[in-house]
Formats: sequence, C-alpha cells, structure tokens
Amino acid sequence: MDKDIFKLGGREFSSRLILGSGKYPLPMMKEVVEAGEPDIVTLALRRANIGGEGNILDYIPPDKTLLPNTSGARSAPEALTLARLARDMGCGDFIKIEVVNDPKYLLPDNEETLQAVRLVVKEGFVALPYMNPDLVMAHKMADAGAAAIMPLGAPIGSNRGLTTKELVRLIVEEIKLPVIVDAGLGRPSQACQALELGVAAVMVNTAVATAGDPPAMAKAFALAVRAGRAGYLAGLGRTGKGEASSPLTGFLRTEAG
Amino acid sequence: MIDKVQKIMSGFDYAAVTPRRVEAALKREHRDCNDLGALLSPAAAVYLEDMAVLARDVSLRFFGRNVSLYTPLYIANYCVNRCLYCGYNHDNHIRRARLSPAEIAAEAAAIAATGLKDILLLTGESRIYSSPAYIGQAVEILNRYFPSVGLEIYPLRLEQYGRLHELGSDFISVYQETYDPALYDRVHLSGPKKNYSWRFGANERALAAGFRGASFGVLLGLGDFRRDVLACAAHALLVQEKYPQAEIGFSVPRIRPYPNREKNETGIGEAQLLQIILSLRLFMPWAGISLSTRESAHFRDNCIGLGITRLSAGVSTGVGGHLGGEKGDQQFHKADPRSAPEICRALVSRGYQPVFRDYIRV
Repeated sequence: MDKDIFKLGGREFSSRLILGSGKYPLPMMKEVVEAGEPDIVTLALRRANIGGEGNILDYIPPDKTLLPNTSGARSAPEALTLARLARDMGCGDFIKIEVVNDPKYLLPDNEETLQAVRLVVKEGFVALPYMNPDLVMAHKMADAGAAAIMPLGAPIGSNRGLTTKELVRLIVEEIKLPVIVDAGLGRPSQACQALELGVAAVMVNTAVATAGDPPAMAKAFALAVRAGRAGYLAGLGRTGKGEASSPLTGFLRTEAG
Repeated sequence: MIDKVQKIMSGFDYAAVTPRRVEAALKREHRDCNDLGALLSPAAAVYLEDMAVLARDVSLRFFGRNVSLYTPLYIANYCVNRCLYCGYNHDNHIRRARLSPAEIAAEAAAIAATGLKDILLLTGESRIYSSPAYIGQAVEILNRYFPSVGLEIYPLRLEQYGRLHELGSDFISVYQETYDPALYDRVHLSGPKKNYSWRFGANERALAAGFRGASFGVLLGLGDFRRDVLACAAHALLVQEKYPQAEIGFSVPRIRPYPNREKNETGIGEAQLLQIILSLRLFMPWAGISLSTRESAHFRDNCIGLGITRLSAGVSTGVGGHLGGEKGDQQFHKADPRSAPEICRALVSRGYQPVFRDYIRV
C-alpha cells in the first residue's frame, strides 16, 4: 500500500488529527501536542498575544503547521482583517475561516463565511471554512476557492459526536476537496467513525481539554484516527442483512408446478 | 420588557421550593427562569457541592481552562447622584477629581506596561465633569493602548452610545443595582439615576447602537438577592433573545465599605455569593461572569474554575492611581489588592491560563 498522505493546501501531512490549542493552560497544551502528534495545530488569533507574555508560539513545536482561526469575527471583512493579521504575525497562509454571530451555540454563519472565503482567497490564503454541514453551501465554498470544507459534527464544545453524520456523508461524497470534521467530537470512537466515513481529517479541542488526562486523551484520539482511516482504506465490509432462507426472488430459480 | 421581568421576579415563590424541585433543576440540560429560582432558593443551599461540580464541568466545556483579566480605570469621581450605597454619592465629602487627557494616557501606558489589554472605563455621573464628549475623548485615548475598551458609565441615549462605539468602545455595563422599583426609589435619593426605566433600557440601547456585548448585575446586599438575581438574569435572557449576537455577561458585586462609611454590611455571605455565581453559570452556560476586587483573594482564587470567566487585576478604585497616588478618592475599598502578575500566578498554580486579550477590534 502506498503511504497514506493527507494533502491540504498544496502541502502533505501524515497525521489526520488536527488539535486545537484553546481551553488549556499553555504548558498543558504543549504536552497535549507532544502526545497527540498532530501535524497541524489551530490557534485563536485574538488570544495569541504574539510577542507578549504567554506567547502561544513559544509552546507549539516549530515543526507543526499553524492553522490560525478568525474566531471573534462576525463578518467577512472582519475575518479578512484577522487573516491579514495572522499572516503579518508570521502564522503562514493557512487560515481557518470562523465567522460566528451566535455566542450561545457558536454556530458558524455560512453566508458570511462564504464571503470571507472569497475575500481571503483573493489575497492568496489557503482558506479552510468552518461551516454548518450544508452541501449546497459546500459547493459554493469550493467554487470560491476553499482548500477544504470543515463541517461541524455537533455544536462546538458539546462533545456530542458526529450528530450531523448524514449531512457530512453527502459532503464527503459530492465535494472533491478534503473534508475535515471540526467541532463536536467528544470521544475517540466518534473520531474513528468520522474517518471510517471517509473524511480526510478531524479537528478536536474540547474533548481533549476537558478530559481527566488531556495528553492521554490526545494520544487516544490519534490512535482512533489512525484506526478509522485504516478501516476506510480497507473498504468497509457490507452491512448486509443476512440472507433469508426463502428469498423473495427465490421463485425465479424454481420450476412452476 | 420591564413588565416581563417584574412578573418573573414577583411570580416565583422561594419558600415553596422543595429539595426535589432543586434536584429536578440540577438534572435539566437547559434551565429556565423557574429552574434558576429553584437554584437560588434556600432549599438549594445544601446542594452547593452538586451545583459546583456541574458548574465546573459546564465552565470547562464552554470556556476551557481560561480566565480573562481586566482592570478598571476611574477617570473621574464627580457625581450628581445621591445613592445611599456608593462612595461617589454627591453628599459624601471626598476628594473629587478627573483625569486630563494627558493623565488618562499616562495611566493607560502604566496599565498597559503590566501586560493588561482589557480595560473598563468608569466615571461618576456629571454632565459637567464627565460629559459624553469627555468620555469619548478618553475612549479614543484608551484605544491606542488596549484592544478592548469597556464602559461602565451612566446611561446614555442611543446615538450617544453609537458615537462611543465609533470611537472604539465595544462593551457596556449598566447595572440596575436592584430590580425592586420601590427599593430603587428609596436608595436613589436624587439625581438622574433615580429614573429606573431609563437605566433598565441602557444596555439594550448600547447593543442597538452596535456594541458587541453587555454586562448585567445587581448590587448584592441592597435588596432581596434572590429576587434581584432572578430578575437580572431574566433581563439578560430577554435582551439575549432580542440581540442573539450579543455577548452577555454578569457581574456579582457585593456592597463594600467606602471612605466615610467604613462599615457597609452586605448581609450576604460567601456561601450565598457562591450560590449566586453557580446558579448564573448553570442558567446561562455561555455567559461571562466577572468577579471584582470587592471579594477577597481567597474567595476569588477558589472560584476559579467554578464559573468565573473574568477577574480584575492590578486594581485602583480611586481616580487614577496606577502611577502612584490617586488623584481622587475611591468608590469602595477593595478586598484583593493583588497585581496582574500575582493574579496570573494564582491562575497558573490552579492549572488555568490567564488570558490578556480575548478580542481584537477590527
């Protein structure tokens, strides 16, 4: 079997687990990243305090690819400004577009997100939109130049798992871009399930941050992601219902009389 | 909205709450005003530990191991209101002062040098000494030093809020003090603050003018805290429903002694204050809750992780005071004198991350 490579934005990664860096004290975040061995780590620009005290970049190993997000943005222009800021701060060209107007559930605003993708793509960013799993919108994001689609599995921080499974499945089937399930995954088994479904990667933060032993949980997610991917590549067995002893079409094989 | 809040406040019977009712409120995933009433009731006092466990878990899910730091800056303490509980009240003989633009900039620079990035501008109510134009000037100056500028000032008109928003302020705090109109009338002897409904609508006007978030609160110890907290939370919820995008926050100030009134009893113990904090957290899991230096270091430190999302640090409650002496006297005596680095150390030792900046104005 060829080496299984995860291609995103013109780059190649081996881990399909993307870890978030929020919700931890920074030293703990560092341990989690070391244990989970992701290639990509997200960070909220608004909290980054780059150059100041508690600079998050001092805690993320330099071999990781940074995925800054635009959290805090409420409109497409705000997301663009934050993306530019991220680039200026040396966080690279990857940008996770997060436009949220709902402090209660933190659900993304797909319409503004689409606008934001158009704006940042024009400036050469690798746009990764976090969105509600809507296939029609996903097509529009792809047309706008998104490098991947990041549908939510459940409301962020809810640890409820892949509650949007059917909608995500449609996006995986129809969109010719990597699909990354972002938000909502609460257990390693749910991450495994997402990978089995054919998503390219998953992004996890709260489930690890709220675990009893966050580094151990990061490791558990890493294993689950590998298992799920391996299962997908192996081709899942048929979930047949078993053969009835007298099949309905059996009469075709018997003689009249 | 006032009527609705009054109805919710008056309609709840705390004496009728049974242990079973409290348990039911604890079990629910989404809690309504009746659940909040149950959690605030005397019957819930013995469930404090259960509430704390739930509040810790829900806080972790929504906010992670993060606590934001902010500091207040009092730019003036002239006040025309006569409020029985406040050190700035017009009749209290204290040193009155206001900061000049140059002094505001110097204070801001001193605060910014401690690493703090979230500032709350406060002033007494005086159209002469603290006019909206003066406040606007202060906002512009503070914006040069801080990514986030909040206001805790007297209620304004919609267009005045719009102007202050344009100038760079995004968060508003107007606390009703008490939601009991009769008591409100009694403790506000005279001055524009006597107008209950004008104050009630202030946070809403600011949000309508484009502010990003609003903070609600009552002065604990003034009236019946259960009724007041329930009304305050109901008010916040109704505003949230009207402005779904607004970031709603709470503050839970207890009455403090102030210059010339060294004894100012709250009548509310720490266990009850904690019950209030936990109840609010379980009622609105997504809302911010601030805890000021009105509370002791011991109490504040032990609340970390139980629902508090913002702590003030390096606080002066006098006019100025970050460059040495205060130019004007304090609004209240603070109970936690710790600097920003000291508060950070307390957070880190408990496994929490101090967050200096949680918002970039773009």
